[in-house]
Amino acid sequence: MMDNKMIVEGSLESSELGFAFYGRLPYYRGLGLSMVEDIVVTVDGEPVAREDIRFHVRGKTYTLDQMETVYDDRWNFGEKAKIIAMKPGGLPAGDHKIEFAVRMRVSYLPFVPTTKDTKVLALAA
Amino acid sequence: MPIKRGVSLYSFQNETFQGKMTLEDCIRTCAEMGANGIEVIGEQTFWGWPEVGVDDAEIANWHQLIAKYDCVPVSHDFMLDYKRYKGREMPFAEQVASVKKDIDFGARLGMKYIRALVSIAPEVLVAAAPYAEEKGIKILIEVHAPLHFDHPWIIRHAECFEKSGSDALGFLPDMGMFLHAFPPVWKEKFMRIGVPQNIADYIVKAYEDRVLSEYVILNVQQMGGVGPAIAMAETLRHNAAFEPKRMLDYMPRIHNIHGKFYEMASDSTGSYVEPSIPYDKIVAVLQQGGYDGYICSEYEGNRWIEDKEEPDSVEQVRRQQVMLANLLGEPTPQLRAAA
Repeated sequence: MMDNKMIVEGSLESSELGFAFYGRLPYYRGLGLSMVEDIVVTVDGEPVAREDIRFHVRGKTYTLDQMETVYDDRWNFGEKAKIIAMKPGGLPAGDHKIEFAVRMRVSYLPFVPTTKDTKVLALAA
Repeated sequence: MPIKRGVSLYSFQNETFQGKMTLEDCIRTCAEMGANGIEVIGEQTFWGWPEVGVDDAEIANWHQLIAKYDCVPVSHDFMLDYKRYKGREMPFAEQVASVKKDIDFGARLGMKYIRALVSIAPEVLVAAAPYAEEKGIKILIEVHAPLHFDHPWIIRHAECFEKSGSDALGFLPDMGMFLHAFPPVWKEKFMRIGVPQNIADYIVKAYEDRVLSEYVILNVQQMGGVGPAIAMAETLRHNAAFEPKRMLDYMPRIHNIHGKFYEMASDSTGSYVEPSIPYDKIVAVLQQGGYDGYICSEYEGNRWIEDKEEPDSVEQVRRQQVMLANLLGEPTPQLRAAA
């Protein structure tokens, strides 16, 4: 659910350190950060390593490993979190195909869902 | 007392997720439909709940809106994430403490009920019951497909509730367990992702004929079905046409109803109907059982159509409320016409 709303349109940005976009949790509620099992990002078909991903929300930045033991913060329902990919040099101007997948540990589900979205986002020169 | 109409704000998730409807928009919309009972999933409606907490100002705003639109808080649906810790289940005492926290949150919101997910162990709820009694809250376990009132897990809950002697424990049946026909919006979605017409037609007919899910899955495999076709057949493992009258044995502990629906269509007379869930029978059973709580709309068709169109949750809920008003013998409410 909400698959096609995960990547926020028009949110791609780039710097010397890497690139970032806004992402939303594909779920009808929010989730404590310890239950976000994985976030996978690829850009133009090239995967970003797990250790190079940062999750930024309301002024706080976490690595995915750190998030596994964060029990006092959340990714709220519909909240736009900044998904940062550390990639020296960033991205060139133009269109980029972003793939964004989230794996969630949901207590009541008898499986561990992964939901993904793919969008082409334009990066201004 | 007659059965009352309400709405779970879950119904408007597609709009609230995108910031297209505020909490005030939701409550005003329900009030305009004459559906004055308001149910929320606490952590959907209130950012921060439960890990971060919710400021008193947010709670004050909730009460102000409820008063402004003459509505009634019905239920706070809580989740209890017992898989919060990777690799180990939350210990029992911590689960009970977590439920107590949601009892407090429900009380802050002025709710009479809090909804427990069906996977929670009955012992956890029994342990929290005395605290719920103190706070004037009832904990209702949601009986939701694939579970039903004759399932051993639900019977175990019922036995634990009786043994506890507490009237703060009860049930919240989700009407999706009475799925009498395969929902057309499900069939259409599965066909959009590649299920061939003949297989889709077969599954719908097999559901109508009440064929055991495992036979249907095997037959679909033998028809050459793969991927989405198998997934469509497998929905029969998780859904069935149970009988609304099975609620009758449990009426003293049923205090809220999820009016689950996937689509409101028009029948040949122009009346609104849910093509897959028999609301006429459901309302008759509830009336026979003397039920006098709310039926809260729970629109869940959004996720079945969002790939092809933007759901219009308000119009869908409006149609269901017209249907419910008619079934309850209320004058057709002065509802806002479809935009």
